Amino acid sequence: MNAAQFVLDVLSLGGAYALMALGLVIVYGILRLVNFAYGELIMVGGYTMFLVSGSGLPWLVMAGCGLTMAIVAGIATDYLAFRPVREKSVTAVLITSFAFSTLLQNAALLFISPRPRAVPLPELFSRTVEFAGVITPARNLITIAVAVIMLGLFSWLMRSTALGIAMRAAATNFRMARMMGIPANLIISAAFAISGLLAGTVAILWIGRIGTVVPGIGLEPLLIAFIATVIGGMRSLSGAVVGGFLLALIDTTLNYTLPQDLLKFRDAFTFSLVILILLWRPEGIVRGPASGQRT
Amino acid sequence: MLDVESLEVSYGAVRGVRGVSLMVRKGELVTLLGANGAGKSSTLMAIAGAVRAAAGRVRLDGEDVTGAAPEEMVRRGVAAVPETRDVFPDLTVAQNLQLGAFTRRRDQAGVLHDRSEHFRRFPILAERQRLPAGNLSGGEQQMLVIARALMSRPSVLLLDEPSLGLAPIVVDQIFGMIRGLKESGLTILLVEQNAAKALAVSDRAYVMRLGRIEAEGPASEIAAATELKSLYLGAEP
Ligand SMILES: Nc1ncnc2c1ncn2[C@@H]1O[C@H](COP(=O)(O)OP(=O)(O)OP(=O)(O)O)[C@@H](O)[C@H]1O
Ligand SMILES: [Mg+2]
Repeated sequence: MNAAQFVLDVLSLGGAYALMALGLVIVYGILRLVNFAYGELIMVGGYTMFLVSGSGLPWLVMAGCGLTMAIVAGIATDYLAFRPVREKSVTAVLITSFAFSTLLQNAALLFISPRPRAVPLPELFSRTVEFAGVITPARNLITIAVAVIMLGLFSWLMRSTALGIAMRAAATNFRMARMMGIPANLIISAAFAISGLLAGTVAILWIGRIGTVVPGIGLEPLLIAFIATVIGGMRSLSGAVVGGFLLALIDTTLNYTLPQDLLKFRDAFTFSLVILILLWRPEGIVRGPASGQRT
Repeated sequence: MLDVESLEVSYGAVRGVRGVSLMVRKGELVTLLGANGAGKSSTLMAIAGAVRAAAGRVRLDGEDVTGAAPEEMVRRGVAAVPETRDVFPDLTVAQNLQLGAFTRRRDQAGVLHDRSEHFRRFPILAERQRLPAGNLSGGEQQMLVIARALMSRPSVLLLDEPSLGLAPIVVDQIFGMIRGLKESGLTILLVEQNAAKALAVSDRAYVMRLGRIEAEGPASEIAAATELKSLYLGAEP
């Protein structure tokens, strides 16, 4: 086992996990509701790239189309699944977000195919490079770089822009934020748009590992995002990032250390560790601000 | 300027406000007194749009604003400071003030000017401007939430128990500030438990009991009416 190799694996997996978790928690932080259709935003990003793959456009433009459609799907989730029932009840929103998720998956099954579809990838994604003495797929380095850029961008947005600060205020006390004149709908739509942007980024990086998209592709990222936010702390954005990297550390460590015939039970080991972490810190590792009422 | 008619607020089966009518004229400082649970905060929050009115009307300059969202009320010039004194604890003092001016974010010069005014009025806030607001003391947080509400340049200010739980010297400071705001022409509806101090700065007052208005009149008359004292002071004669 090579230390540099291990670190690179943890960082590239963790970067992807952290972006997934952040996309889920940005909405959860404000609405205190899990968007079960989050995984389908990733799916939409993937299928969009498949659909434009024959167009002959440069890859970056195709990736841009994927990102844009993921953002559009995020905002659509707000308008179609959340906004009509948001004020009514939590249960209603859980059901509509499940329904929206199923609707999108079934649309992919029906109008595209239940079988995997190839997504265009630049030749760079499949190349291997030598870095810090290890030979590693270039896409791992790309994932790390993209994660660093996106996390930096995100942190700048939340710290230094009026919208970001308003979103943080809304996440700690939504009612008081509205009493500052911050429109509830603007903040919520912005959260869904950012969620979509992160999902689109994840779509490119995640599908870059497999090369194909299927209707159920969103399930695993949703689960990863959920576990990462639970262990990191549902209330805080930095918790999502910490949780993402921690989960990647656990997964990678198990990949390296479990004997071959136990490897297919890796998730069982992962979940056991997650349960241990939650017994130790039921609220997650990073504690968010104290107040947290739904509005 | 602010005209409330037969306002009712219910929390499930609890009828917190049962038909309150009151009025605040332009430039007036009106106090709403009443024992705990009388429905003062509910009245104020319903005016601000933060809780839903079950019945009744709220008019602002003659225009019906019943049921408007809280953000809409701020845009219309009504700023509220709830008794829960909600600073955004992990944002800095300066960011809290900045948020108060959210509706004016295209007027950065004016916002900066107002902010330095508030810093002059409360030098302690200027000193702490880069600290998370959660680190401030109770009195400092109260100064911050009032200053933050003023950052939207409201024409009506709703203040809910600004002196609650503060040291006497800070209470005096807060009342000094309220007097100053009134003198500058701001219309204020004040909810207070500290009746003597509130009446001393007010033009008029209403006394609430069990969700209804029991008495109203010029502040000096309400202050002189000994039979009312048991209503808003609890047991004292
Ligand atoms: N969120 C709520 N849910 C249920 N009942 C509530 C809620 N808020 C207030 N009430 C009830 O409504 C009534 C009026 O409460 P309100 O807070 O308006 O009174 P108040 O005059 O402001 O009292 P205080 O002086 O204690 O602040 C009370 O009986 C209270 O128990
Ligand atoms: Mg009250």
